[in-house]
Amino acid sequence: MARAVTRNTRIGWTIVAWAVALVIFFPILYTIITSFKSEQEAIAGFDLIPSLTLESYQTVQTQNNYFRPFMNSVILAVGSTLLALIVAIPAAWAMAFSPTRHTKNILMWMLSTKMMPAVAVLVPIYLIFLRFGLMDTRIGLTVLLMLINLPIVVWMLYTYFREIPGEILEAARMDGASLRDEILYILTPMAVPGIASTMLLNVILAWNEAFWTIQLTTTSAAPLSAFIASFSSPQGLFWAKLSAASTMAIAPILILGWFSQKQLVRGLTFGAVK
Amino acid sequence: MATRQTASLARLMRAPAIILLLIWMVVPLGMTLYYSFLNYNLLNPAVTSWAGWFNYQYFYTDPAFLDSLWNTLVLVVGVLLITVCGGIAIAILIDKPIFGQGLVRILVISPFFVMPPVAALIWKNMIMHPSYGVFADIAKFFGTSPVDWFAQYPLFSIIIIVAWQWLPFATLILLTSLQSLDGEQMEAAEMDGAPAYSRFIHLVLPHMARAITVVILIQTIFLLSIYAEILVTTNGGPGTASTNLTYLIYRAARLNFDIGGAAAGGVIAVVLANIVAIFLMRAVGKNLD
Amino acid sequence: MNKTIRALMGATALCATAGIATAQDNVTLTVATVNNGDMIRMQGMTDDFSSSHPNVSVEWVTLEENILRERVTTDIATQGGQYDVLTIGTYEVPIWAEQGWLVALDDLPEDYDVDDLLPAVREALSVDGTLYAAPFYGESAMVMYRTDLAEAAGVTMPDSPTWTDIKGAAEAMTDKENEVYGICLRGKPGWGENMGFITAMANSYGARWFDMDWNPQFDSEEWKATLADYLELMTNYGPPGASSNGFNENLSLFQQGKCGMWIDATVAAGFVTDPENSTVADSVGFAKFPNREGVDNHGNWLWAWSLAIPASSQKQDAAKQFIAWATSKGYTELVAGKEGWRAAPPGTRTSLYENADYLAEAPFAEMTLSAMNAANPQKGSVQDIPYTGGQFVAIPEFQGIGTAVGQQFSAALAGQMSADDALAAAQSTTTREMTRSGYIQ
Repeated sequence: MARAVTRNTRIGWTIVAWAVALVIFFPILYTIITSFKSEQEAIAGFDLIPSLTLESYQTVQTQNNYFRPFMNSVILAVGSTLLALIVAIPAAWAMAFSPTRHTKNILMWMLSTKMMPAVAVLVPIYLIFLRFGLMDTRIGLTVLLMLINLPIVVWMLYTYFREIPGEILEAARMDGASLRDEILYILTPMAVPGIASTMLLNVILAWNEAFWTIQLTTTSAAPLSAFIASFSSPQGLFWAKLSAASTMAIAPILILGWFSQKQLVRGLTFGAVK
Repeated sequence: MATRQTASLARLMRAPAIILLLIWMVVPLGMTLYYSFLNYNLLNPAVTSWAGWFNYQYFYTDPAFLDSLWNTLVLVVGVLLITVCGGIAIAILIDKPIFGQGLVRILVISPFFVMPPVAALIWKNMIMHPSYGVFADIAKFFGTSPVDWFAQYPLFSIIIIVAWQWLPFATLILLTSLQSLDGEQMEAAEMDGAPAYSRFIHLVLPHMARAITVVILIQTIFLLSIYAEILVTTNGGPGTASTNLTYLIYRAARLNFDIGGAAAGGVIAVVLANIVAIFLMRAVGKNLD
Repeated sequence: MNKTIRALMGATALCATAGIATAQDNVTLTVATVNNGDMIRMQGMTDDFSSSHPNVSVEWVTLEENILRERVTTDIATQGGQYDVLTIGTYEVPIWAEQGWLVALDDLPEDYDVDDLLPAVREALSVDGTLYAAPFYGESAMVMYRTDLAEAAGVTMPDSPTWTDIKGAAEAMTDKENEVYGICLRGKPGWGENMGFITAMANSYGARWFDMDWNPQFDSEEWKATLADYLELMTNYGPPGASSNGFNENLSLFQQGKCGMWIDATVAAGFVTDPENSTVADSVGFAKFPNREGVDNHGNWLWAWSLAIPASSQKQDAAKQFIAWATSKGYTELVAGKEGWRAAPPGTRTSLYENADYLAEAPFAEMTLSAMNAANPQKGSVQDIPYTGGQFVAIPEFQGIGTAVGQQFSAALAGQMSADDALAAAQSTTTREMTRSGYIQ
């Protein structure tokens, strides 16, 4: 796309793009700014320059230790993602390379399992969790989150794997490559970007899940969604505190997202790129 | 390569995912179906009895039921319109040769990483609050009286919040698609003197069709089950102005603790969602091949 | 032996971090509570409990009110046994106790002094004379008004105003150009938000939710008058965006000097007179919850956040010790010693209102006590009613019905619906729900 662009048009587009980006980012920015204000400042009206006090963070931390929910969030998000990948990679692989007449229907059916409203199945799931002693355990939630996101994972991997041309495999086989070589040296390198971005997307989705993670935990397995629920709508207005808690809950995933956005973009095609 | 051996291997590889999802679907759905035929209130479990079709009848004769269907539709279509149109515009904008492209992209995709309840809290308290929100501050600055968003435009406010969360997702996919567009073809069209809008309609849009389909499909699945944003902001009100189907089920399940009624609502929602899915597949499915 | 095995099983099922527990040593209590200021303060005092009970450790689950209620209700109804101590209100206690879900608190230690509990609160937490929950803090409702604004407007607020007095005062104090609104009331939909207030207001107008056959009464003259006056007050003298204002929003409006009057829970008095957070701390006056001329009823608002033990808990002895500590006189003194008397949890014990130190620091003490003693949730309305409860109706269905009705009234306040339509919609929704639940035959 090496077209000649005048400097002025470039500056013009830059200004427009930055303006749009800042508007979109503003709610997050303002939350971060508010988290460094005192409670009085927070409701005193619009002000972009906080007094940089850390008192909200201190109160939040003394009230509800951040590290346990943080670790739980990490374990749940990463654990459920790995589990989903283990199940989904073979399935997506098979669907992409030896499709049957039903492959598309199966994929659609998988996606349709996501349409069940969670509140409607809460009581059955709650009873199952109680019966099997899974309540407030990380293993129970990990499996549940895996199941919730599995359809998206399978579908994303399937569309990605399908882009891998079959001819390459045929050619390799002609040259006498074994199945092991095939997988190790040809397929894996081609599949890695797709798997990586699927993984990232799934970590994000699992991290942000805020229904099951609250309903099925009490203390030991409660992640950051429960942490947030202990600061939203208290008696009285504590927006600086709420902002600090919100910042703490979204910061890890935001930073992960920023650093890995290139990987995320590369595989987030859902086969949409031809 | 579809020899009998690979075919059976493929079946083996598919099996775990399919079986797991089958269990995940059949067990809760089966239990929900069963509960939907019971008079079962969590607060009064002693008087559980067989209800027949009563829960279904009760759910769809709820005066809020038709409103909730309409609101669900408006919510889904509204968010899709904003995210697809906005996504295309922003994708084109980011694709321009601008300074600080990477940083702009990071800022634009950030809302996607925010937990839904947090997003709703931020918008409710910091942005749209009629006394302390940024919108109110802007209104005061211009000397007009602040808008009470959640009372005057409840559904629209929720659409804005949800669209904000999903705009990055649409933008990302559309951007990837845009970047795979053949540059030479564009240049050739430019040389031929085709104006910008005609290039957009005849070249860019058809190229993006597939990506747009994906955005619509995936987002619809998530948008049909939105309720956290409603719960945090309007509680479905005023009246039923922002009650969607999922929130109606939520109300039955978590306020009335009416497990039978909520289960019936859940079954109705699943049926409707699948009708939408089939319709969607018919309408846009050919783009996916 | 059997007890040990049960404790063992409980500990395993809960995956308690403490590991193997026996009935005697090292118990971990899971305490579920709301994220209100007084409970968060209690969390900070846990060390005091631990030092006197070295073998009991406490794990807190703090959640916002609605989520907490959902969580706790699901757990107790399915006998989940996830919690050992619950924070619940006067609405849940009698309903849950009748289901046999709560442990009776009839063997509290001698020095706990059960008779010191405010009679109205104690009665609200008892079923057939047995106490099922211990009050942590309690509230009724009253008028809070700005003495400076009233004086400037030439209004004298009677100790026991009528709604006509309130209307007059609201009109006189309103100064919209300077963002001063005569009256702030709850408008946000919810059975515990706008319906708490409107139900109490309706009581003071002589209205009732149901007649003796459980037929809803929204078509009565009393309800029409209640809603008409509520809407008139709020539209003419209320702040903008009132239909999204709940307790919190009104609290901060009042603290920032934007309200002439605010009629709400008595606990608010502690916040609005707190010089650190309130700009109007020095000029707040208090008056009784208003009534309509000729109706001898001041709303009968009564609420107490209370601690209870679910029958499914495996650690009931330790849980009792915890409750006895958290709702004791000693706890009140502990808080007073660390943070001053103003911070003491109000509205539960007579002795607090006889304490000279407390009375000196809390100008609202007298009015709070008289409001709490006057409230009679056993008979909320002046008419004959089949239910108990003051600002709510103590039936399990009320959460759903109250919220649905609250939606309609909130829509009327937002101007999206007329008062008559809102009442008609409330009437039909409630009739539908009550028929389904089998109250109306």
